[in-house]
Amino acid sequence: MMEGINAKYVSQKISKTRWRPVSSSSLQQPDIFATGSWDNEDNKISIWSIGENGISGLDNEFEGDPQLVCEHKHNGDVLDLQFLDQDRIVTASSTGAVIIFRHHHNSQTLSVSQLWERAHHYPCDNAPCTGIVCNSPEIVTVGEDGRIILFRADQEGVLRTIENADSSTIHDVTFLRTTEILTVNSIGQLKIWDFRQQGNEPSQILSLTGDRVPLHCVDRHPNQQHIVATGGQDGMLCIWDVRQGNMPFSLMEAHSAEMWEVHFHPSNPDHLFSCSEDGSLLHWETSSNSDTPSFLQGGRNTSIVSRSAIAPAGGNQSLISSWLTGDSSKGRLETTHMLPSQTLSVNSLDVLGQCLVCGTDGEAIYVNRRVPI
Amino acid sequence: MEEVDVEPTTTPIPGFDSNQKHLGFVWGPGDILVYETIYKASGGCPFVHEVRKDEDIYSPILRKLFNESHHIFVGLQRIREDLPSKNKKPQFVSISKNYRSVIRACMEELQQVAGIVYVYHVSSCIITLELIWNLCEVLFIDAAPAGSLVLHLLDWVRLHKADVDEKAREVLASESPAEHQAYWDVVISYVLQGRMDEARQVLVKQAALQPAARVMFKLLDNLLMKMPIFNPGETQTLTEFDVKWRHWREEVDHCLQDQSFASNRHLEDICKILVGDEDVLLEYKELLSTWYHFLVTRLLFSHPTVKPTELHYYAQSSMHMFLDTRSVPEPLDSILLAAFEFDIHQVIKDCSIALNNWWFVGHLTDLLDHCKLLQSHNLHFGSNLREFLLLEYASGLFTHHSLWQLAVDYFDHCPEFGRVYLELQIERVPLDTERKALKVIRICEQRQMTEQVRSICKIMAKKALRNNRLGSALSWSIRAKDAAFATLISERFLQDYCAKGTFSDLDLIDNLGPAMLLSDRLTFLGKYREFHRLYGEKRFSDAAKLLLSLMTAKIAPHSFWMTLLTDALPLLEQKEVIFSADQTHELMFCLEELTSGKSVPTPDRPMQVLGYTPPYPLSNVCFPFNLLIHCFIICSNLYSCLARG
Repeated sequence: MMEGINAKYVSQKISKTRWRPVSSSSLQQPDIFATGSWDNEDNKISIWSIGENGISGLDNEFEGDPQLVCEHKHNGDVLDLQFLDQDRIVTASSTGAVIIFRHHHNSQTLSVSQLWERAHHYPCDNAPCTGIVCNSPEIVTVGEDGRIILFRADQEGVLRTIENADSSTIHDVTFLRTTEILTVNSIGQLKIWDFRQQGNEPSQILSLTGDRVPLHCVDRHPNQQHIVATGGQDGMLCIWDVRQGNMPFSLMEAHSAEMWEVHFHPSNPDHLFSCSEDGSLLHWETSSNSDTPSFLQGGRNTSIVSRSAIAPAGGNQSLISSWLTGDSSKGRLETTHMLPSQTLSVNSLDVLGQCLVCGTDGEAIYVNRRVPI
Repeated sequence: MEEVDVEPTTTPIPGFDSNQKHLGFVWGPGDILVYETIYKASGGCPFVHEVRKDEDIYSPILRKLFNESHHIFVGLQRIREDLPSKNKKPQFVSISKNYRSVIRACMEELQQVAGIVYVYHVSSCIITLELIWNLCEVLFIDAAPAGSLVLHLLDWVRLHKADVDEKAREVLASESPAEHQAYWDVVISYVLQGRMDEARQVLVKQAALQPAARVMFKLLDNLLMKMPIFNPGETQTLTEFDVKWRHWREEVDHCLQDQSFASNRHLEDICKILVGDEDVLLEYKELLSTWYHFLVTRLLFSHPTVKPTELHYYAQSSMHMFLDTRSVPEPLDSILLAAFEFDIHQVIKDCSIALNNWWFVGHLTDLLDHCKLLQSHNLHFGSNLREFLLLEYASGLFTHHSLWQLAVDYFDHCPEFGRVYLELQIERVPLDTERKALKVIRICEQRQMTEQVRSICKIMAKKALRNNRLGSALSWSIRAKDAAFATLISERFLQDYCAKGTFSDLDLIDNLGPAMLLSDRLTFLGKYREFHRLYGEKRFSDAAKLLLSLMTAKIAPHSFWMTLLTDALPLLEQKEVIFSADQTHELMFCLEELTSGKSVPTPDRPMQVLGYTPPYPLSNVCFPFNLLIHCFIICSNLYSCLARG
């Protein structure tokens, strides 16, 4: 049983949670996170604080109960939420709008700083904006209308639109490099787009042979730009090497329903986290040394050996990520359930340092400040 | 029809003049829409009012109650049936305590939100809910036997009369506690609650002030200290305790007879309370404040070994003694009385009437049902009481824009009608975004509700189609395994192709994968596109083979054969021989089939094969039959070539 993880009920279904970034130089743990709600008549984005984090050794699990700092009304469901920087949050709305909120630290309030009202749209209807990725000051959004839009914060208009980039809904987007993004859609394709090229065609398309399972989330390895993890409707976790062509490196059965989010740990990428409609949040840990200590302090532990498709194609051993290990004897993968019991769908998670936050359809937020990394 | 138990409440509609107009109405799932009408064609009212019965469901603080209790409810359902019941009782008690702590947390939060009248009203309701639940836990779930029963009831009363501690703190914090005006109130309140140690601690202050009466105080202190309290853990039996207690009581009585406390009225009162003197108890009505406190105190000092079956007699008499005979009993009083009478059904019934939301009775009944305390009591419409209440509660939840997801689990655990209710309700959930539709579909799929899955996928696919999102539409058809819709989408693609001469959404068609097999038309689309690709890659023989197979295997619809034959033209024109003799034969057969008897379809616009310019401008051809003759001629030429060589 994971210690120090309790539910905080917040009277709104949480669709997204994100830690506010901490400056990379400081070794501080994050203490502020933002949440977005969905399926309410009045949706909100809220900022929460888990208080001072310097005290260690106190095993009191009620310390650091998240406290609401401020909140703001949000028009439409919050379908994605990202911190642009320390003060600004970008949200994707189900009305098709992209909104930048500013958090004023002195007055502890939120206000709308910029709004692109019908960024994603159909000719007559609204088209929800489904995903955002930021690389300040640039913002890339994707939506159900199959458009990819590039914005710059502080600039009114749109920098660039890739019209009809996809004939199906694009669910998520991530940066591969500063000029390259990768999108996943509801017919199971990963598409790489290069902004240096004009035109509306992707530079590469990857997909699984076999059933075209919709993909809902994607995340890039923090250090290695060619490795991405995806999750989709069937709850399978796939690790891809985008240089290697048309097959994923590993396919792992993860969840029994849609996987909503997958995240590599930003500073310790041997750890991966995924959450799902089936109410579970999994912590994946891969290790490539033979004498691995067990980091996990009990709880449910299942050893899943990754079913790799291809052995890595030569190259420098040290550069090959442990996620791509073909030989099962070289690598070991362990998964742990992070939540104490079955809940309604876990819609979102974020992990930074030793802190993990997630939000569920049971209107609860869980914070764990001692994730074993 | 049965008689009404209580007078129905009236809700005034703002701005409605009942003299002038009538009120028309229509029932909704959880509310009523009303409008003014004068039954005439013109002069209608522009307003439609929505009357909701249950406002609590929209309170943000109460929402936490619904969510947390849902969590506990689901955990309760999962307790395994095969465990022997004696192991289960502590589990049920702990679940009951969980429910109560959720109620308390809600209550505390409501109390923090100060100053709003409505909130205060709800908060006092919540306190009452906890009171009732607690009593039900003590009497029904924990089912304390004689001896422990009084102790549990004491705990119950103490929990709900917490102001004593506050007062005591105030008194003890003051400069001279013994002279504080509330001093004796505090002491007596402690005694009434059976908290002898605290009473003694406070009494010491007074004793210090009156050294002359030291002996008297010492005596009382002794009596208070020696009061026997039944300890269920020890080996002492109830009879032994009873003997000890009677002995102690005689001692107290002795002191009274001896007039040992005559000089101090307060001390004498305490002594009389200790022997259970009801008249003295009733003098302290204000401190007791409720008849059930009076009841418990009475039991503590007169009948500490009371059996559960005897409770109701004392409860009735306590209520009569305590309450003013003229006052009308409140709903709470009748509920508690029914509980003391162990009439569970009456408790549930009274609670259902008194509260405007099924939350309380639904969860309580469910828990009692798990404890096997409800006799299976078949109601008129077939399901039992527990299920009826849960269905009502869950249906109420379903009217909420957000809490409908909780209701699903409740329906799951109603074996008779839960599924039917869910099937009807789930289709009414508004689907604004794909994500919500996916969640609803997942719920249906997990319960094998294929009809609902199909209908939701169809709605989403139609919406996608309307917005020209063919890929999304196809993705929805695949999910629903809806071949008919997949055919529709393929037709759209083919129409687009005919109109524009190029394929749209190549990323989709090129990557259909096994989904191609969902419908024949879709397969044709995929294969046709493959033909174009092969042609573009100059793999002519493969292209030719594919093209032919499209017709001979009857994958291509007849309406498209014209196009396919036209596509065959450039292949025939090539310098090298592409079509073999057999293949040419088949081509001719297809041609014949197309032209024999049936009218040849006329293309509206000239066909343009992707990347191929025909040697003769097709726009000049007014009737494709010429084209066909040409084909025929070329084919026969080739045939004769082959025949010769």
